[in-house]
This record gives sequence, C-alpha cells and structure tokens, in this order.
Amino acid sequence: MSEILSAPYVLEYTYTRSTGPVVGRFLEGLRYEVLEGVKTADGRVLCPPLEYDEEGEPTTGEFIQLRPSGTVKSWSWVEQPRKGHPFDRPFAWALVQIDGADNAMVHAVDAGDAKSMKTGMRVRLRWAREKNGTILDIEGFEPISSFVPSPVRLDFEVKPGKHYSAYLRGLEQGKIIGGRDPESDKVYVPPRASDPVTGNPTSEYVEVADVGVLTTFTVIRIPFEGQKLKPPYCFGAIVLDGAHMPIYHLISGVPYDEIRMGMRVRAKWKPREEWVTSLENILYFEPTGEPDVPFELYKEHL
Amino acid sequence: MAEHCAVVGIGQTKHRESRRDLSIPGLVREAALLALQDADMTWKDIDSIVIGTAPDMFEGVMMPELWLSDALGAAGRPIFRVHTAGSVGGSTAVVASHLVQAGVHEKVLTLAFEKQSESNAMWALSPAVPFQPQLVAGAGGYFAPLIRSYIRRANAHPDTGCMVAVKDREHGRLNPNAHLHLDQSLEQVKASPMLWDPIRYSETCPSSDGAVAMVLVSDKHADRVKNPAWVKGTSVRTERTFFAGRDQVNPAAGRLCAKDVYDQAGITNPLKDIDCAEIYVPFSWFEPMWLENLGFAEEGEGWKMTMEGKTKLGGEMPWNMSGGVMCTNPIGASGMLRFAEAARQVRGTAEKHQVDGAKVAVGHAYGGGSQFFAMWIVGSER
Repeated sequence: MSEILSAPYVLEYTYTRSTGPVVGRFLEGLRYEVLEGVKTADGRVLCPPLEYDEEGEPTTGEFIQLRPSGTVKSWSWVEQPRKGHPFDRPFAWALVQIDGADNAMVHAVDAGDAKSMKTGMRVRLRWAREKNGTILDIEGFEPISSFVPSPVRLDFEVKPGKHYSAYLRGLEQGKIIGGRDPESDKVYVPPRASDPVTGNPTSEYVEVADVGVLTTFTVIRIPFEGQKLKPPYCFGAIVLDGAHMPIYHLISGVPYDEIRMGMRVRAKWKPREEWVTSLENILYFEPTGEPDVPFELYKEHL
Repeated sequence: MAEHCAVVGIGQTKHRESRRDLSIPGLVREAALLALQDADMTWKDIDSIVIGTAPDMFEGVMMPELWLSDALGAAGRPIFRVHTAGSVGGSTAVVASHLVQAGVHEKVLTLAFEKQSESNAMWALSPAVPFQPQLVAGAGGYFAPLIRSYIRRANAHPDTGCMVAVKDREHGRLNPNAHLHLDQSLEQVKASPMLWDPIRYSETCPSSDGAVAMVLVSDKHADRVKNPAWVKGTSVRTERTFFAGRDQVNPAAGRLCAKDVYDQAGITNPLKDIDCAEIYVPFSWFEPMWLENLGFAEEGEGWKMTMEGKTKLGGEMPWNMSGGVMCTNPIGASGMLRFAEAARQVRGTAEKHQVDGAKVAVGHAYGGGSQFFAMWIVGSER
C-alpha cells in the first residue's frame, strides 16, 4: 500500500457569457443560417466579426451578409480526433477566409482524406442541423468540387436480328453457324443481313468447324471501367476452318509467351448443360497441338 | 470548284489532362476566339459554323452543336455538326472548306473539341452488349492485334514503335500547347509497362481536354492576313469495319483517300512534293503503317524510314512536328489539330516546331476501326 494518497477530481462549471453587440449578432445570425461580417473603420470586413480590430479600433457595427463559402489559407490534418473535436473521423483544422472577408476563421474541414486538402482550395460552409447560437452552428466546411455528377442512362431491348439469332441458336446446340454469300462464296461468322462487299444476304447457313488458325492476338494487361475479365488475358482473331472472316475470342490453356500467330486452336466448350444462346458457351480456344500454319496460308486474313 | 479556300485564322487551347478551369462551352470559345483574333475578325464577320465532336457517348451530350451555339456566336447563323468518329476533326474541316469552295459561305468558322476528363472513353468503347462477348479492351485492344499483324507482315524492327514515341515526345516538347512535355529515352519507353501486347504504355496517346478552331475564307477575304494557307485538296473515304478480305493493316479507304487528295493537289511523289506531314498516330506503330498506307514508303518499308530518323524534324520527311496525337489527344479535336498544324507549317507560324521553308503540307485523320479517313493538302501558294 502506497503512503501517497490519490483521488480523481473534475473541475467543471458552465459560465454564462455576454457576447456583446458584435459577436452576439454574429452568433444569433448563425441560428438562422445567416453569415455576417462586420466592417472596420478602415473599410475591411471581418468574419468572424470582432468588437475591436487588431489596431485596437472599435469596428463600425455595420454588418455585411456573406456567401457561405471560402478559401483555405492554411491547414493541419487531424488523423486521430479526440474527445471534444467537431468530428469523430479524420479532419483538418483550417484557416478559412470567407468570400468577401479580409480575415480568416479557424474551423474544421471535413475532407475525408489528407490528400484532398490543399492550401488555396475552395470550401463551402455546412450548417449544423441543430443550432444553439454558438460557432458550432457551423458544423464545418467541405471541399467544393468544380464538377457536378451528370448521370446518363438509356434502357434498351436488344434484338439481335434474324441472322445473328440463327447463329446464337446454333451456339445453343454446340454448333458454330456461318452464312455463305452465294455470289462471292465467302462464309461470314456470324451470318449477316448483307455481305459488305456484294450487298447480298449471307443467307445460306453452313456449320463451320470449332477448330481454326489464330491469325493475330493481343495480351490485355490493362484494367478498365466495365471490364468483365481480370487482366492479364489473351484474345485473338481465329479464322475457323470453313470461314472467311475471323471471330475474336480468348486464347488460353497455354502460357502467354507460347502463343503464336499461325497456331492451330480448338474451342474449349462449357459443359453441355450450361449452353445458352451465347458465344460464351465457348470458354476459350486452346492449342490443338497440330503444326503451325505457314504464314503464306493465313496472311490474307491479317 | 468555284472558289479557292484559304485558312486565315487558327486557334487552339492549351491541352491538359483536365481543363477543369473551363466548361465545355468555355473550352470551345477559347479556341474560337484565338482563331478569330488570328484572322483579325469578330463573331459578326462569320457566315456559318461547322463543328465536329467524337461520338455522343464520349461526353454523354446529345447534339452538342445546339447546346454550344450561344458560346459560338451562332444565333441567326447556320451551325452544322460533322460526325465521323476519330477522324471527325479532319472531316469537319473538309466540310467547312467545301462550303467556301462551293460559294455557299465566304467566311466559315470550323472547330472541334473534346473534354475527356468529363467522361471515360475506355468505357464508351467497350460496352457489354447482350449476346456479344465483351473482349476488346478499348481502342488499344482493338488495334494491338493489327499492329502485331503489321510487324509480322513487314518483318519490322521491334523498336520501331518505341522510336516513334521518343521522336513525337521530342517534338511535343517544342509545342507549348501540347498536353505531354516528356523527356523520354528509348530505354525508358522500352521499359514502360506492356498494356495491350505489343503496345506499351509509352507507345500510347494521352487522354486530353482541348479544342481547336480555324477560320476558312474565300479568295476575296484571304488578304486579311499576309500568309494564308491555301487548301489544295481535300478527301474523305470510308470502308466497313469487317468484311472478308479486308486489309486492316493497310486499309483500302486510306489508300484511296491519299490518292484522291494527291491527284487534286498535283502530287505525284509525296516524298518529294510534300514538305512535312501531320498524321493521326494514336499508337506509335501507326507511323510506319500510315507511311505505307499514304504512299510515303513502299509496302513493308515504312518502319525503315522511322528507324533511319527520316521522320524527325530536320529529317527528309518530318512527321508530326507538333508532337502529334502521341502528345495531345482530345479525341474529337485530334484530327483538326493535324489539319491546323499542316496549315501553320505552310503559313510559317509553327514557331519552334516549324519546318524551314515548308510550302506544302498534309493533314490526316482516321477513326473508327480504321474505317474513316480524312485528309487535306495545304500550300503557301494559291
């Protein structure tokens, strides 16, 4: 047992302040969400207002309503707020010069992240929901962005058309359907309403192989908005046996540095019970192991 | 053609990753005012306005020409929009020149813009549509396999794309309006990350905010300035994106566009008859591809011109003196920036990136899946 005695003690009392004609008017204004500055004898505007300026002169008592926004003149980031701080999350103490004022106000900026803070940044005042005529009627300031969100949305019903539907119905059955133009004898996969060269519909449907030659490819290593697959992944142009146009699909089942132009590849299908009207029934194309096709035989497709 | 057409005013914004200091109307107006000032004109002098922008999804603004009409002094005047994907800046200038040549209008303001910072072009280019597998990753994903095809077909030196990047960035440092001012060595470009193999990060263009404008006039107004650029030929050609037998590396529409514009301007040998060229090269490998497509090199030989340094400022055939799309890419404006730089060269106003004594220059733009092409030839002599 220690011989030195100790007991907790709290010294606490609520005083009543007389705010005076200048600060009192300012604080009363805050209750009504009115922000005012006071004019000094030499024509400056102070917000928060003072009864006496730094020259020791009384201010004029002439009030000017100000726009509730301003500029951060200096700031200090508080990563771990303490009891009694205006926010329970990280924030900045800042000197904010209200627009139209010549001095600055100490207050909190609710910026979320120190990276968002910058001397010279523009901030807007946020009023507290409950007001009691103190400086905390201003909950704090928040950054002003020069951007406004502008959402755009269009709802569509997609109808892929007669020929593309025939192609998708084929995929549902595990078949790759192309369309032959009887004039040029070219087979398009998928079939089309018209061969762009002759203008004829590619109306004679033919089944093409799920094996072909990889003519060219890229390995995607960049993430982007709306991307379904996680990079890296390879996609390439595959001219299927019996077709005269490449389709584009993923190349997998082989290390990226072994993927070559001219490689023979075969479709790797999903299990039959998962087939729907989509090219996604084919997971990817993988090497068949056959010898590569000589460049001369596929160069017309490059 | 009934009338000759001359470029008497050129203006462009400073291009940046984000011109957050300006709204879109503010951006186009900045370029338009500079062009009017250059032409010693005011809004009142203009008969009509022709504006070009990238596809609507790039900025999410439908019919921007109506929205922008007040900012462009178009009240009581005709305003037209041209719309040909990435080539739009070029085809917009072509349409404006035709209005003058046809005698429809005597003084036409033409401009193009893009504010990429307000949108996301990668998203706009890669929508996940029902029934269609979403594979292609933006423009780079579309063009990377074509570049691989070119390299194989031409048996090109693998460093060619990196050499173009180094050269264009070197040129861009001479252009105060350019977005990128980078000092990059060949080693640095080669070491940059591979995004869409074989395209490296440093071999791609940036995303920029910017606008460009020109004032085009008929003969009788051309003496407003002492150094007009005369339009000697214009051409626009298109082809479908996919068809059997399509040559995507050396597209027929590009060859036809070049032949047409050369015939109009009396050019038989581009290497000899043209002093310099501003060509749409959004990925560095398109320099050798277009050198061949536009007849500056035999097929399979374009990459050699690049590797030999012939396309540098001071070389035999300078390409992209301004730093090109590789340094500045406000997509809708990129084509017109090429056309404007060609005009600046023959006017002798290209400052630090001026080709000494340039008399004949070509401007070029392409867009979509290498489907839309636009070119013009401008000269210092009428």
